Amino acid sequence: MPDSKLKKTLDNHNFAITAEIAPPKGTDFKRQIKVAKRLMDRIDAFNVTDFQSASVKASSLGLCIELIRNKIQPVLQITGRDRNRIAVQGELLTASHFGIENILCLTGDHPSHGDNPEAKPVFELESVSLLNTARSLENGVDLGNNQLDKPYPEFYLGAVTSPVYTPLEVQLIQMVKKIKAGAQFFQTQAVFDIDTVRSFIDRTSQMNTNILIGVVPLKSAGMARFMNREIPGIKVPENLIKILENSNNPVEDGIKIASDFIIQLKDENLCQGVHIMAIGAEENIEKILNEAKLN
Amino acid sequence: MVITESKNFDEILSQLTKGSNIIILGCSECATACETGGSKQVKDLAEKLTENGMNIINQKVLNISCNLLKTKRDLKDLENIDNCDTIISLSCGNGVQTLLNLTDIKVIPGTNTLFVGEEVGSNYFIENCRACGECRIGRTAGICPITRCSKGLLNGACGGSKNGRCEVNQRIKCAWIEIYERLKNLGELDRLYEIQPIRSYSNISKRRVLNKGKQDNA
Ligand code: SF4
Ligand code: SF4
Repeated sequence: MPDSKLKKTLDNHNFAITAEIAPPKGTDFKRQIKVAKRLMDRIDAFNVTDFQSASVKASSLGLCIELIRNKIQPVLQITGRDRNRIAVQGELLTASHFGIENILCLTGDHPSHGDNPEAKPVFELESVSLLNTARSLENGVDLGNNQLDKPYPEFYLGAVTSPVYTPLEVQLIQMVKKIKAGAQFFQTQAVFDIDTVRSFIDRTSQMNTNILIGVVPLKSAGMARFMNREIPGIKVPENLIKILENSNNPVEDGIKIASDFIIQLKDENLCQGVHIMAIGAEENIEKILNEAKLN
Repeated sequence: MVITESKNFDEILSQLTKGSNIIILGCSECATACETGGSKQVKDLAEKLTENGMNIINQKVLNISCNLLKTKRDLKDLENIDNCDTIISLSCGNGVQTLLNLTDIKVIPGTNTLFVGEEVGSNYFIENCRACGECRIGRTAGICPITRCSKGLLNGACGGSKNGRCEVNQRIKCAWIEIYERLKNLGELDRLYEIQPIRSYSNISKRRVLNKGKQDNA
């Protein structure tokens, strides 16, 4: 394996930190690069979203390449929503050429929820098939059984899972399939409740995989309520919403809640790392790292 | 059966020239069941078009409009066909094109063809099969993931379901949770752990023809 910092951290049983970063809805990557540069020594990889929420933006591959040029390691998110197998394989080969090793395979949100709702959904490959496809390329063959030119790509593959899901067994079965298909790490949907993590970890410990728990700093009680209502797999407990509601500085308190949560995850040794999703407020990641005393 | 809805009258009208000699043809099968191409709909359309200055020179419900041989016979005997300059077909898109294969007269559709579906109540139809060409519901407890999962996923649930509903359409149940529950009841949960190969699109991305007999009418 080449030199994925994320892989090294996880292999060495150190606490891994990834942070999500979204390409702009435009052509200027300056803000993203600035945030990433500032944090690059403290973060194992920046996870670049792939047309997140099925909305038009600059591409994940584009920002990943720009990060690599700045010597920052990315995780390329790739979904099957917008690309058929030809485009997926081409994108993975291109990623490898540029030195992108960490790949996160997701099914993707449906376009009807995005900002171009009339788009044709592809979904030829879903998360499990995407993982299989990446594996196949690593072995030098494409999905049409054609031989690739050497050198073959090498990836560090990840997938996602959702701990707040009923019935949870459905997600656990998906995890087993994803591991079989090549996933070496998982990042979860944002979790806010430590008991949820405890029981999730309990039920996945047999899988012997790496789990990065998703952490979202809440910005307000309104945001928490919105997420509870609209975003699948999110459950912000009422007591946290109350704290934000009564707070004079909900953004700071949201950061505090997130960092306390990370400290607790770490103290209890519940997971192999965290995945921080600051959703448009990437500048706050640094504050979370400081408060949680990470690096 | 093939599920259709009636086209908006103005859309039909906009494709006709005043004074045209028109024949309206319904279909005895699916379009009759959908109440889009039965005798009542044929008659209603004829009346409305007459009010709008069209000459309806014949109207008839064909016996299985999408059957080429039957329809060929029916057209031969059809009164006034020689004076007709436009046929309005109230069948599905297949039936419309069966007529096209048999005549040079202009044929226009009077319905929108929606899907292959099941009638679950009076005037209530749902889609449960997309005719993918390789039925795999033996592995999914009889529930079709291609049709009933909004993303058509073959390898299990996405992470988006909330309260058992589909993230894309809250009115429907998540197909993969339904599959999970049914397989569990059948004691076949093992099936969910099998990785399904990527589906081939090589056949369905081209026009499909099935010719078990001798003649090829495609
Ligand atoms: S798998 Fe679904 S779409 Fe394909 S034939 Fe069976 S029911 Fe129809
Ligand atoms: S919620 Fe269920 S039915 Fe809807 S897209 Fe996801 S897996 Fe398919």
